[in-house]
Amino acid sequence: MPRFGMVIDTRKCVGCMDCVVACQTENDVPSGFCKDWLVTEVRGTFPNLSMEIRSERCHHCDNPPCVYCCPTGASHIEDWGKMVQITADKCIGCKACLAACPYGARFAHPDGYADKCTFCMHRVEENLDPACVAVCPTHCMYFGDLGDPESRLNELMNSRKSHTVLPEAGTSPRVFYLT
Amino acid sequence: MSIQEITTTRLNPHVDPVLAVWEWEIPVYLFVGGLVAGMMIIAGINMLRLAKGERTESFYSVQSPILGFLLMNFGMLALFMDLEHKLYVYRVYMAFEPLSPMSWGSWILLLVYPVLLLSALIRLPQAWPWLGEGIPVVQRLSERLTANARVIKLLGSANIVLGIGLGIYTGILLSTMVSRPLWNSAILGPLFLVSGLSTAAAAIHLVSSVTRRAPAPSGFLGGALAALVQPLGDNPPGPGTEKTLVRADQAFLSVELVLICLLFVGLLSGSASQIDAVDILMSGKYAVVFWGGVITVGIATPLVLQALELTHRLRHTIIPAILVLAGGFALRWVMVGAGQASRMLAAGGM
Repeated sequence: MPRFGMVIDTRKCVGCMDCVVACQTENDVPSGFCKDWLVTEVRGTFPNLSMEIRSERCHHCDNPPCVYCCPTGASHIEDWGKMVQITADKCIGCKACLAACPYGARFAHPDGYADKCTFCMHRVEENLDPACVAVCPTHCMYFGDLGDPESRLNELMNSRKSHTVLPEAGTSPRVFYLT
Repeated sequence: MSIQEITTTRLNPHVDPVLAVWEWEIPVYLFVGGLVAGMMIIAGINMLRLAKGERTESFYSVQSPILGFLLMNFGMLALFMDLEHKLYVYRVYMAFEPLSPMSWGSWILLLVYPVLLLSALIRLPQAWPWLGEGIPVVQRLSERLTANARVIKLLGSANIVLGIGLGIYTGILLSTMVSRPLWNSAILGPLFLVSGLSTAAAAIHLVSSVTRRAPAPSGFLGGALAALVQPLGDNPPGPGTEKTLVRADQAFLSVELVLICLLFVGLLSGSASQIDAVDILMSGKYAVVFWGGVITVGIATPLVLQALELTHRLRHTIIPAILVLAGGFALRWVMVGAGQASRMLAAGGM
């Protein structure tokens, strides 16, 4: 069984937002919402500043608080690729998962259920990359099986420094950023 | 000077710039849940006394399950109004998720309702004689309940156990969320339980004071009112009963104050995110309601007023009870709002 994840090379990302637009088109994201977004982080002491541009989304955590707090089992880790998914017709719209996610990756869909990035599971099942990965003009995003030691993802993470977002939350995110 | 500047393109409604997914409905639900939980515990203790053969006339609160039942419906309505996917609410009862406090709460509520209704039968046929005449089974059930000390004892114990479960759950619901540093404290469950007990004592005191020495009303609505607020039996309880409620409230308020202090000690000695979260209460948007509403109006003033009343330096009034109820709601409102506004701070480097 695969354990899907994502690796994003922040040195290649130019912040063009193609990934955001591709996601909205592919997943029919309602107007005014987004399932992926861009974060720009500047750190340091002037003039020695460094900048990182990150394409962020649900981190499909291995230890997902959004799944644990769900009273109906609508939020769950699916069996096939261990991705965090939501079954809309099980969701009561209590919004506990929105509060439980330290990344703010979820939102209440105007139709009432909790919604977020699915890693484009409908595409992944057909052996396609998620829409955001497929359209990236700088090829800075990689999607694949983290459980496969031979995968491109593990190859990149073994050869480069990487980090996750808010590792102190203890959620074991599965989106990694190469620095 | 070292800087860390984060900008994002995300602006999802009710998520950005700070989380605001729960508005007035959840504080109302948590307040009512705590109030009913406290009423169940106090009523349960009095039921155990009733089972031991103590004089029923000396209690104001055995009948509070009826009031609890009505209030719980109001709380559940608020909760239902908060749901975004209302038609799917039945899904809660098609699963039990052991790690989800909300799932635990839903199943606890399913047990709370029949216990409240059964407890209400102790008093209801007295208030509504026509109910017993029209539906003899209700009369028989009520007679069996009140005649059997073991059943009353069992019902009293069920009220206490479920009351504690319901009261603690209203706090645990929030405290399990690591993502919200202000909530992520084990103190929150006991704090909401004690606050629920204090508001329950205040509510029972309030309704008993309002109806003191008044003849029991009759008829459909009058009978219902009597069932809610009149004491058991023909004779009203003596003034000592009210004093007991006030004394109990003094103890609950004092413990509540200690728990709030411990909550702060825990947060201020915690992570950077937790220290940042305290600022929201100390000096942020919610500071006025917290210091003015929760601490001054809801705890300190009633503590002083009730102490003066107990030492006969001030006449008994319903003002402290009203203040305690207002403070109890303010606590839920502040904690729900400020807790959502609190968030984990990124500490790691790039």
